[in-house]
Amino acid sequence: MTSMGLSRELIALRVARELRDGMVVNLGIGIPTLVSDFIPAGVTVIFQAENGILGYGATTADENEIDWDLINAGGQPVTLLAGASFFHSADSFCMIRGSHIDLTALGALQVSEKGDLANWMVPARRMGSIGGAMDLAVGAKRVIVAMEHITKTGEPRIVKTCSYPLTAVGAVDLIVTNLAAIQVTPAGLVLKELAYGVSPEYVQSLTEPVLIPAPDLREMDL
Amino acid sequence: MNKVYATTAEAIADVDDGAVIMFGGFGSAGSPTNLILALAEKGTKDITAISNNIGLGDKLDTLCQNKQIRKFIGSFPIRATSQRPDLLYQAYLAGEVEIEVVPQGTMAERIRVGGAGIGGFYTPTGIGTSVAEGKEERVIDGVRHLLEFPLKADFAFIKAYKADTMGNLVYRMSTRNFNPIMATAARITIVDVEEIVEPGDLDPEAIATPGIYVDRIVKGPKHDLHGFE
Repeated sequence: MTSMGLSRELIALRVARELRDGMVVNLGIGIPTLVSDFIPAGVTVIFQAENGILGYGATTADENEIDWDLINAGGQPVTLLAGASFFHSADSFCMIRGSHIDLTALGALQVSEKGDLANWMVPARRMGSIGGAMDLAVGAKRVIVAMEHITKTGEPRIVKTCSYPLTAVGAVDLIVTNLAAIQVTPAGLVLKELAYGVSPEYVQSLTEPVLIPAPDLREMDL
Repeated sequence: MNKVYATTAEAIADVDDGAVIMFGGFGSAGSPTNLILALAEKGTKDITAISNNIGLGDKLDTLCQNKQIRKFIGSFPIRATSQRPDLLYQAYLAGEVEIEVVPQGTMAERIRVGGAGIGGFYTPTGIGTSVAEGKEERVIDGVRHLLEFPLKADFAFIKAYKADTMGNLVYRMSTRNFNPIMATAARITIVDVEEIVEPGDLDPEAIATPGIYVDRIVKGPKHDLHGFE
């Protein structure tokens, strides 16, 4: 079922369409990491890594280029772009908590109809890792979730109330899944776009809360 | 005023059982590996370890293997994947260690205020989550905030690229992370460095940790560690 709709790369491509020239962006681990591969032509964004880099470039697998003193927040070796800077963790979270980050894309386990985010702990494991997720969800100006629409066992991830431990309350602005793009609004979840070949009824059948079809509901333009 | 120690063993000789120790680093980058290995060798027990992560490309899980840690405070206590055994997690499930999981920004700020003599701060991070349990809440400018208290330690084990003999430090790229703030928040700060130079050899404009925060310096080899692997 999860194979229906968009690949992880296409989800990332759709998220990348939200990037605007000059934005400072922090990408979470998982699908969001892929967003940096799909920056629209003519758009320059600055990537922030919470481990202390502003202005890092592509990840690198080139043995001659890899320097393990230069990694992103996902632990991958990266390159540096002209104009990059380094700073310590308190300065890094000054950027994040002080609303200096324009957009963050995060993975999720669940998102509620009110935009509550759960992404740090599977209850059965009894412990999890928060990393920078709580700070990013609360502090970034815009929060986009990129995730598969349902779990591996077919359960909806978009729910009325999160049953998993929360990362932040009312934090999510836009949800992009393999099936749809859904905007969180005060009136509820608005179904904005559908992946190719996916019907609104099908998306609704895999979503717990009621979706409000947007007046201009359309196929995702990728 | 001699801050330079010949060996890691001498630099950590007074780190006794029950010590609260901060460890710099994010993954392998900026992790004080030589000091961690010396601590494993020394066998200090009942440690409260404060670190962003553990066993995530760093060597801190060596201390788990030796059952030296009683409590871990950090943002990334367990791994999402299991490329190698998640030793802290196993110890936690067995009831052998306590874990306090802290949002990374709250952790950084708790360390910063700990070093700055500030009694605490209010932040919206963690509101409505399990992190807020038992904490004072206050509405500021219409937004709910949590009261968070400082983090301090007996020792900070940090990693820098170069030190001069007065303890001034420079870092390389993303190895800076928690190291400069941890240096300020411990009673004794011990630095694992790749190179020691004379005062005046470092550009004062490039010094990220002024020597006032540094008590002991020990030169050690650089380890070939790879991010989170």
